Amino acid sequence: MGYLEGFAVTLNKWAEGVTTKQYRGGKGGSSDEKVPKPTRAHGRHVLNRYENGMEKCIGCELCAAVCPAKCIYVRGADNPEQDPKSPGERFGFTYEINYLRCIHCDLCVEACPTEAITETKLFEFSFTSREDAVYTKDELLVGDDGKPKEQPWEDWRPGEDEHTSGWMRATAPGGRSDYEGVVGWSDELGYGVRNPEIGQSGDSAESDHDPDADTHSQNSDQGHGGGH
Amino acid sequence: MGGEPYLSTPINLGDVLLAVSKGVIAFVVLLVSVMLMVWFERKVVGRLQNRLGPNIAGPFGILQTLADGIKLFFKEDLIPSKSDRFVFQLAPYLSLIPAFLTFIVVPIGGDFSNGANGSVTIAGRETFLQVADVPVGVLFFLAMSSLGVYGVMLAGWSSGSKYPLLGSVRASAQAISYEAALGLSLASVLLVSGTLSTNGIVQAQAVGGYGGYLPNWNVIATAFVPFVVFLIAGTAELNRPPFDMVEAEQELVGGFHTEYSSIRFGLFFLAEFMNTVTMSAIIVTLFFGGPSGPNFGFLPGWLWGFVWFFSKLLVFLFVFVWFRATLPRLRYDQLMNLGWKVLIPISLGWLLVLGSIRLARNGLLDFTTSSTKDTIIVLAGALGIGLAAGLLLMAAISTARSDRLAEHGYRETSGKAN
Repeated sequence: MGYLEGFAVTLNKWAEGVTTKQYRGGKGGSSDEKVPKPTRAHGRHVLNRYENGMEKCIGCELCAAVCPAKCIYVRGADNPEQDPKSPGERFGFTYEINYLRCIHCDLCVEACPTEAITETKLFEFSFTSREDAVYTKDELLVGDDGKPKEQPWEDWRPGEDEHTSGWMRATAPGGRSDYEGVVGWSDELGYGVRNPEIGQSGDSAESDHDPDADTHSQNSDQGHGGGH
Repeated sequence: MGGEPYLSTPINLGDVLLAVSKGVIAFVVLLVSVMLMVWFERKVVGRLQNRLGPNIAGPFGILQTLADGIKLFFKEDLIPSKSDRFVFQLAPYLSLIPAFLTFIVVPIGGDFSNGANGSVTIAGRETFLQVADVPVGVLFFLAMSSLGVYGVMLAGWSSGSKYPLLGSVRASAQAISYEAALGLSLASVLLVSGTLSTNGIVQAQAVGGYGGYLPNWNVIATAFVPFVVFLIAGTAELNRPPFDMVEAEQELVGGFHTEYSSIRFGLFFLAEFMNTVTMSAIIVTLFFGGPSGPNFGFLPGWLWGFVWFFSKLLVFLFVFVWFRATLPRLRYDQLMNLGWKVLIPISLGWLLVLGSIRLARNGLLDFTTSSTKDTIIVLAGALGIGLAAGLLLMAAISTARSDRLAEHGYRETSGKAN
């Protein structure tokens, strides 16, 4: 009887147990369990710095231009002669992201010419005022150890702050599969030049940088919206 | 049969107090059970979908309904400007009151073992553990469940909005289609029990039994089919999934209660779950012997009545939740097809067959001199007629279908069914 099989399906769900985790944003005490997020999850942004402590952002405003939600506000300024903030001519003088608007599409990450802005997998946005929702440059910029700065409403687990650029490093530049697994980015404060994330096919190791070895398995992969 | 024992003597103030206090207690019991039912439903549906369900408010989240109710109370009460204000405000009560009134004919306890009539003695007055034993209790149930649809219908009509109106049109059509099947399947029970009083129906099921082991429940005495029809028609009557066409969140944005907010919405919600509890109680009473059951001693007899009643009730509450978790909503024409073309013919035919079998077994048909042979003849005849009628119905449906297709310029290829 095809009609009655469904009843067994739902009963079996009871036997399977629950998949719910008891996560209450740090308010649940010892039973506060977090679902593990993939390292490439699109979470909140960070502004990266070079290994020598310089800011990567050059204030070009490409991220603000490409943002479909218009949530980024950037103003560049000329670098001070004596105390340059970034290696180039200009630096990001003001940098604000409104998380009431951001849709975490990561187009800003793709647009950025210096890999200054990347997304972490941190996802807690339970702020209670508009002022808190607009992250300023101070809050976005990584600290002196290269780690993001923890906001009061964020509830981190050990190691969660390390994946500050996972998605960027998993993506071949320009969306070309030939560059899968090839390092196409600059060094990062606290980490040096980081290895690529494991390729999209899931089997190539992080240390495998040879593009020819990977191409055969990458051809069928999904595109990344980059320029072809 | 029928009528409370304490009302047979001249009525004094004590009788009135007893009646009033029974009403109040029943109301409280029903409200508490609705509160628990909402929690139970959310918890069970959660588990059937690999979720936990409410677990924050109180132990196991049992106070979740209370929290929701309090929240609803303090919400802004909106009345749409295009609505018919008086009817709009009246409708929730029209929905709630019949839902409660149905419950008064349900016997929820009492000792029915060894031929006892289920009465208990309170303050020197012998009474049944139900608010009132109406002599036409089953008819009263049918009347109230039909009245309940007025609340839904008027709510949709008075909202002055299109989705509620569609919901209320569906409600009235659904009520007409399923009320008939509900009543006809119920008639089989009345045929077996020989009484309309709910107390009498329970008493009839408490005595006897098949082979000394099986209980003498109407679900067995009416050979299962009326129970299945009643369960399906009852689900449709309750507007519960898979027959929740009236609400149909995905198509009608909540249907009849789209425009309702605050406690008026809460009253509809309350009525819906009250109806679920009451319908389960009615099923238990009509088909599963109500509070009757074996008496194992070590508890007073009337307490065993409660134990049996509530454990049977729980089974059916679970079944209704299980339905909701399993079955997707029917399309509207499927609902109508099921009601008119399947449930009504089956329940009507079954009633006739049951009646004929009773006549034959009593030796009243005189086909032969033996009542056993009469029964066999009746069964064979019923089978033959049922088969012929089924084939006729199939032929009619397929002819109507090909006519309809031809009307729109399609020609059905021969030899291909469906």
